[in-house]
Amino acid sequence: MEIITSIKPILAIAVSLGAAVLILLTGEKARNLRETWTIIAATAKFLIVASMLPQILDGKVIEYTLVSIAPGLSVQFRVDALGIFFGLTASFLWIITSFYSIGYVRSSNENSQTRYFMCFAVALSATMGVAFSANMFTTFLFYEIITVCTFPLVGHKETPEALKGAKRYLTYLLGTSVAFQLLAVILTYHTAGTLDFSNQGIMSAARARGVSDAFLTVIFVLYMAGITKAAMMPFHSWLPAAMVAPTPVSALLHAVAVVKTGVFVAVKIVLHIFGVDLLRQLGLGTALAYFASFTIIVASVIALKQDNLKRRLAYSTVSQLSYVILGVALLSPSGITGSIMHIVIHAFGKITLFFTAGAIYIAAHKTEINQLDGIGKKMPFTMAAFTVGALSMIGIPPIGGFISKWYIAIGSIEAHELPVILVIMTSTILNACYFLPIVYAAFFKEPKPEHDTHHSHSDQMTSPPLTSPLVKGGNGGVHEAPAMMVVPLVLTAAGAIALFFAPSTFLELAKIVVSSVTGGN
Amino acid sequence: MNIPAQAPALIIIIPLLSSLINILLGMWRRNLCYPFALIVLASSVLLAFNLMNTVISTGIIHYRIGGWTPPWGIEYVIDHLNAFIAVIVTTMSFIVSVYSKRSIEKELRADKIPYFYTTYLLLTTGLLGITVTGDVFNIYVFLEITSLAGYALIAIGDEKAPMASFNYVVMGTIGACFYLLGVGYLYIMTGSLNMADLQRLLPDLYGSTVILVAFAFFLIGVSIKIAFFPLHTWLPNAYTHAPSAVSALVASTMTKVGAYVMIRITFTVFEPRFSSEIIPMTSILGWSSVLAIISGSILALAQTDFKRTLSYILIAEVGYIVMGLSVGNRSGFTGSVLHILNDAFMVACLFMVAGAVVYKKGSRNLDDFRGLNKSMPFTMAAFGIAAISMIGVPPTAGFFSKWYLVLGAIEAGQWVFAGALLFSSLVNAVIFVRILEKVYFSGNGENPAPSRDEVPLSMLSPVVFMAACILVLGFYSGDIISSVIQYTVPKGF
Repeated sequence: MEIITSIKPILAIAVSLGAAVLILLTGEKARNLRETWTIIAATAKFLIVASMLPQILDGKVIEYTLVSIAPGLSVQFRVDALGIFFGLTASFLWIITSFYSIGYVRSSNENSQTRYFMCFAVALSATMGVAFSANMFTTFLFYEIITVCTFPLVGHKETPEALKGAKRYLTYLLGTSVAFQLLAVILTYHTAGTLDFSNQGIMSAARARGVSDAFLTVIFVLYMAGITKAAMMPFHSWLPAAMVAPTPVSALLHAVAVVKTGVFVAVKIVLHIFGVDLLRQLGLGTALAYFASFTIIVASVIALKQDNLKRRLAYSTVSQLSYVILGVALLSPSGITGSIMHIVIHAFGKITLFFTAGAIYIAAHKTEINQLDGIGKKMPFTMAAFTVGALSMIGIPPIGGFISKWYIAIGSIEAHELPVILVIMTSTILNACYFLPIVYAAFFKEPKPEHDTHHSHSDQMTSPPLTSPLVKGGNGGVHEAPAMMVVPLVLTAAGAIALFFAPSTFLELAKIVVSSVTGGN
Repeated sequence: MNIPAQAPALIIIIPLLSSLINILLGMWRRNLCYPFALIVLASSVLLAFNLMNTVISTGIIHYRIGGWTPPWGIEYVIDHLNAFIAVIVTTMSFIVSVYSKRSIEKELRADKIPYFYTTYLLLTTGLLGITVTGDVFNIYVFLEITSLAGYALIAIGDEKAPMASFNYVVMGTIGACFYLLGVGYLYIMTGSLNMADLQRLLPDLYGSTVILVAFAFFLIGVSIKIAFFPLHTWLPNAYTHAPSAVSALVASTMTKVGAYVMIRITFTVFEPRFSSEIIPMTSILGWSSVLAIISGSILALAQTDFKRTLSYILIAEVGYIVMGLSVGNRSGFTGSVLHILNDAFMVACLFMVAGAVVYKKGSRNLDDFRGLNKSMPFTMAAFGIAAISMIGVPPTAGFFSKWYLVLGAIEAGQWVFAGALLFSSLVNAVIFVRILEKVYFSGNGENPAPSRDEVPLSMLSPVVFMAACILVLGFYSGDIISSVIQYTVPKGF
């Protein structure tokens, strides 16, 4: 494998850090300039990441050591196929989310917008840091930075409810990572003598040296318990709680950056810390697969009874994230491929769904599912995009979601884990059960005579002339959210469809990952 | 005169004489005391760095006071560890003295200010004396100078300070007595007070009960001085009621120098073999430090007074340092020494933040931190960094010492120790997140945001400097370890 030394990974990280500083300096006084920094940084970041793609597709690896602090503790970057896969997904979706964010925070007149955009930029820097990290220390470093800088985003509204959600968010993410993940990292260094990711896994050598299986199992369990960002049960409840955040935050962070960092790190640990062979010998892959299956089913069942749209999406995310874990836990080539593909495919689908939830909130002030009857006529683009996102979650062709499920299903046959297919089928049915009624209600049900909303509306209404145009618009024809929000969600929906027809680049990257970790067979 | 050659003596003599000159200066022109103290302490910093450089480039410095040869005369011995501690002590003293001016003007009567700086310099003298000397009795002398200066400085705090200081006097004196008894027993048995000499003479006597008792006296004496659980009870009151600048100084230096004395006694005067094999030090000190860490953290959680919270955190941090020493391996020891440095910066920064809030709000109560990010953004940003470092989130300095400490505990197979360290990180997270939440998230919906109202530059810049150091030091952990700390690790680890 050819190694190229390049500063590009650092640039990809630094560009949004620089933007964060500029955003802070620009401040509230020059809003448009401030938002320009976000857009420029997002575009530049994506271009930098994309410029590394050809070399990675050639089978090369880009490396850069920023600083070597102490033995085992170096901030080092290595862009490999898996890293760029995640980097591309997150940086591309940041561009779209940036536009959407601007539309959203301005329409809803959010407070502290400077802090909002600044934290967003830092979060994306740290996400790139995780994507491109070459060792577990660097991963842990950026993992923690993500936690710290997204905390203000979750508690953004500063209401007691938001603070409660944010507190739970921080408690889960910081608590488990300090208590379990850090311990696992230190134990890894203690047993393996290194923290560098390797395609064969660094723990297999330790086992050959006589480290007991039970000890390795403990480390593995600590890792899986410590990576709470993957929202595996029983450490999932921070994610629904984090839904108090503004919707763009839920969209990019809790459908893409933060949670995908979790599953990405989990995949890294499976493939690069322990290695496929070792986990197979220890039988931990199967155990993890069943754990993930449990989360998939139970989270879907819980999603069924959520009436709040964002909460239902959150539980759907909990369930879908475990697909990524399930796929990689099968330890078979197709399983790993499906797992990796699901990172991007779920990202596009779920971000679309969150975008639509935000658009519905901004345009129609609705947050509950039972209020959505007939909304498809008022918001046709939004709800069409919602349908695409929902179908992707269910896994119906011709939408991306089908591809990853297909690979994971094949992977389960390769791994001789047939019950997993049953899990996938059950989950598909459950997904359909909690998404399709929304689609049906939106397009085919008549709007409710909304008496209670009307009442509360007129109660609050002190100056009817001010709000009446909005209500009038709501009764009549099309009333979409601002274009700044609708265009992004249509784009991501289109992306979800495109991933079905043209997944080749991503598939190729996934194949490179698979062949490197399974030694080509 | 060849200054570098005389540096080991000058580093004591300059602040000592200056503290006397300072009184006279204060009688003549009161406002000259501050710049004078600054100049003196700045020169101490330079001397300390000079010593450090000499040690790194040419090895251990032996300096004979008055030219008397060791076992009879007093010898100053400066190796990597002393130089390291001297740098920490002088740096902290200097930075806190920069900070002290406005803070003291607010908290003290104007006519007390010359005496404040006199005592301040005396305290620094004592701390440096403990650090550079190679003689166990000389340590006692300087320990008393330090303590007396400390009692005085603490007693000039708020209305409860005299009582807190009195408690400290009682406990501190008991500690000093234990230490002195230890010295006396060793002298009876060996006829020597010189550390190197004792190190040579003692191994033959390891079986002796008197030596065992002497060792126990040493440990108890030092444990009281560093507020090692359960001998910590004097500390929270003393550090809470002292003037803010004093809290920042004593919290960041006195416990650290005490930890240094503990290292010297257990690993230089006595061999590591004695401390780890002949007596079960790992179990005694290690398990006590588990208690220190857990109870310190939990007690910190229960406080509503910011300085008192910090005091209990400090007790837990002392536990960290002692734990690292007790596990008896290279990683643990490295972690301890590194933590002496990191903790000095973190604790000084936090106590200075406390002083800044007292300066502006006149309160130490955590509830008064509400919405402070609007009026004191820089102070609070510095606070945030120090807090994150206390929790141990990379890349702040606190992470790296914690890394080595946990690694050391695991290498020693002491899982409970590692668990206690992580537990304390979690509790710190709860403590600081609760405060930070008040600082950053509760200005909403109330009166129009208060305008910028930062502390004066002479107080703000030390705080920000400390926070910057906390961020930067982490990245140099490896360099610090490879150029200094690795040489301090006792042989046999």
